[in-house]
Amino acid sequence: MPQSLTPWFLVIQRLGIALLTLVIVSFAVFFATELLPGDVAEILLGQAATPEAVAGLREAMGLNEPALSRFVGWLVGLLGGDLGTSYVNKMEVVELISGRLGNSLKLAGVTTLVSVPIALALGIGAAMWRGSLFDRIVSVLTISVISVPEFMVATLAVLIFAVWLGWLPALSYGADVSSLSAMLKAYAMPVITLSFVVSAQMIRMTRAAVIETINTPYVEMALLKGASRKRMVLGHALPNALGPIANAVALSLSYLVGGVIIVETIFNYPGVAKLMVDAVSTRDLPLIQSCAMIFCVSYLSLITLADMIAILSNPRLRR
Amino acid sequence: MTNPLVSVRDLRIGATTDAGRKVEIIKGVSFDIEPGEIVALIGESGSGKTTIALSLMGHTRTGCRIDGGNIRLGTSEITAMSERARASVRGTEVSYVPQSAAAAFNPSKRIMEQVIEIAAIHELMPRAEAEKKAVELFRALALPDAEHIGQRYPHQVSGGQLQRLSAAMALIGDPKLVIFDEPTTALDVTTQIEVLRAFKSVMQKGGMAGVYVSHDLAVVAQIADRIIVLRGGEIQEVGSAEQILRAPQHPYTKQLLAAFEPVPHQPVDQPVQAAKPTPVLEVFDLCAGYGPMRDGVPLAKILKNVNFKLERGRNLGVIGESGSGKSTLARAIAGILPAYRGAVMVDGKELKPDLQNRSKDDLQRMQMVFQLADTALNPAHSIGSILARPLTFYEGLRGKAREARVIELLDMVHLPAALRHRLPGELSGGQKQRVNLARALAASPELILCDEITSALDTVVAAAILELLKELQRELGLSYMFISHDLSTVEAICDDVLVMYKGEVVEALPAARMSSEATHPYSRLLISSVPQLDTGWLSGLEQDPELVAQFANR
Repeated sequence: MPQSLTPWFLVIQRLGIALLTLVIVSFAVFFATELLPGDVAEILLGQAATPEAVAGLREAMGLNEPALSRFVGWLVGLLGGDLGTSYVNKMEVVELISGRLGNSLKLAGVTTLVSVPIALALGIGAAMWRGSLFDRIVSVLTISVISVPEFMVATLAVLIFAVWLGWLPALSYGADVSSLSAMLKAYAMPVITLSFVVSAQMIRMTRAAVIETINTPYVEMALLKGASRKRMVLGHALPNALGPIANAVALSLSYLVGGVIIVETIFNYPGVAKLMVDAVSTRDLPLIQSCAMIFCVSYLSLITLADMIAILSNPRLRR
Repeated sequence: MTNPLVSVRDLRIGATTDAGRKVEIIKGVSFDIEPGEIVALIGESGSGKTTIALSLMGHTRTGCRIDGGNIRLGTSEITAMSERARASVRGTEVSYVPQSAAAAFNPSKRIMEQVIEIAAIHELMPRAEAEKKAVELFRALALPDAEHIGQRYPHQVSGGQLQRLSAAMALIGDPKLVIFDEPTTALDVTTQIEVLRAFKSVMQKGGMAGVYVSHDLAVVAQIADRIIVLRGGEIQEVGSAEQILRAPQHPYTKQLLAAFEPVPHQPVDQPVQAAKPTPVLEVFDLCAGYGPMRDGVPLAKILKNVNFKLERGRNLGVIGESGSGKSTLARAIAGILPAYRGAVMVDGKELKPDLQNRSKDDLQRMQMVFQLADTALNPAHSIGSILARPLTFYEGLRGKAREARVIELLDMVHLPAALRHRLPGELSGGQKQRVNLARALAASPELILCDEITSALDTVVAAAILELLKELQRELGLSYMFISHDLSTVEAICDDVLVMYKGEVVEALPAARMSSEATHPYSRLLISSVPQLDTGWLSGLEQDPELVAQFANR
């Protein structure tokens, strides 16, 4: 194979692995939810149901078919964009999720826009002035944020900004979003809370990755050529730290989609995570499965993207 | 008298160890460098030669700082300058050629961009002009395809080319002083010649002064006008290259030179062993390689039909340059890399190709010592427990008996018994290699495979290790297979020599008559490329250019 094609071959290979992982994950999601205790038909019909009625409903819902054939049916449906029908309110799952997903993505998007640039700047800065006061302050802050659970940050934020100071609304959704300042206010608290949590990890990983490349002979060589500190770090160290940094960012961001459950619940924000929590309490299997798949897909695509950045930023593979 | 270009007065550099202890590593060093003069700093590891060289650029590595004295370069007082002012001198007044160009080039940037970076940083000239100048330098340094080599990435050119490219990188800003930090140590001998020649001619044409840091007296003799011998951060002797080589004054210089003198190997007479005629090691048509197997043949075939025989009590040297397959040969014999074809016989018994399938008895007969003593010893285990493991594994020793044997082993390699309580990190390089040797001896082997075991050591330390090997051979009747790229080491210990090139044995010779009897063109090229302790050797050396083009990894 011509050398110039190698990286693309690797990228395609990586995509293939991601697809394979996705199939395995869907398998796991489907059968894990199958294992949930309780029978849907019984729950739907309530305590007064006759055994005949339950059996009839099971038949009608197709629950008597072997699990494997239901899995295949579900998977084919997924591929065609049909996520099934909610057991509880008979609405299309697609419809239930679409609005919520938009909300979740909006929250995740705003958080990404805020946290990634700040985290990268702080991480690179801390590495650049390693051992300085700035570095120490950043390190202490990130460690304290990592060790405080996000519900604590969220609750404290509500207590301080909403209850004591009264600057921000305690609930984000349904708040007045007619003007820019009102919208900023509405999003401020969940975004701040989430940014705190995801940035800490990114800052630490970025700092570590950059410091590792700063200690290489080629950065010392740049110093001996008379390069400024800025040039050494941004021009020589950073390009070689891109792979690990992309992975750290992807890992932190993937948390945004799946790990926002607590934050969405505390701020009563109607996102996918809250939908999934509600679905679990009503045993709405199609909904749970779809939400789980959404989390998995976003996680996988972020990680795959990071890996592809790592492959393509390495000239040994690029040409 | 003209003013010297560089003058260093009473330079003192201190370091803080990880434990917070302060040590002085350069203890009051003073010397001058005249314009256009090349001065060599020579010494063993830890002598402070690189530290001094870097301090001429106002740079100290992490944990070190300049404590006293002053360094003047041209009109700049390096020691009195701010970091920003020093940066303005680096690359323009004084520049640096690193030990390993492969590590000093940024892997993610094109070569040209890095070569002309000095011009860009100091805004010396427009980009087009800088590139033109770089191409001229590439030509002067005898680089192939000078027009386009700059468009490549560092991993796309060979080690010898990278080393010359790094010289171009240093020369682009027309510095008055160039610092060469062991620039040919990582290169093969056949490559080293070309690089040395290129350096020498460029430096002469440019009339630049140079500092050449090296541990290799023979290399330094080819390029330096004056030699400063360092030890433990102090100057031992200063003199012209000719004087240091011909009439050394200081005992330490004499010791360094003595370590260079080839000591011809005296074969050990072992009449007792002669009763057993089977060779200790025999190898038939051995083939080994790496990569995925297809039809029982690996993708990258390295070893091709290697045959040889090693008689009991004799030593076999394997020489060749990087990529010749000499380490692969050792790995295939040891079973770390299973051979896909051919046979290995130890004491007349055929061994399974794979280490996993060999019996304990097979393993015990043959032991291996590796090149890098540090990485071969587990840093978390004490020396005592490192030596105790094979004793328990092979002999089932425990408790007092094992402890006694550990002490005995340490004694065999001339290390004090108290060392068994220490960790590998607390030992010097030579001590670590002795521990590695003791670990091999713990199995009471008949044959030891030595893979470049002295290459990472200083000359004097390496000579002591070779003495130890000879002594152990006399006492224990061992046989060695000794892999090395260094011909004088092989000469010093081996009876027979195999010359390897691209996975094949091109010639087998008696070691003592290696230089006179070699007939294969590659062997001749290799032997003639080893630098001699003679200032005129490089300029007087004539090699057949066709031969060079055919065999050297340039």
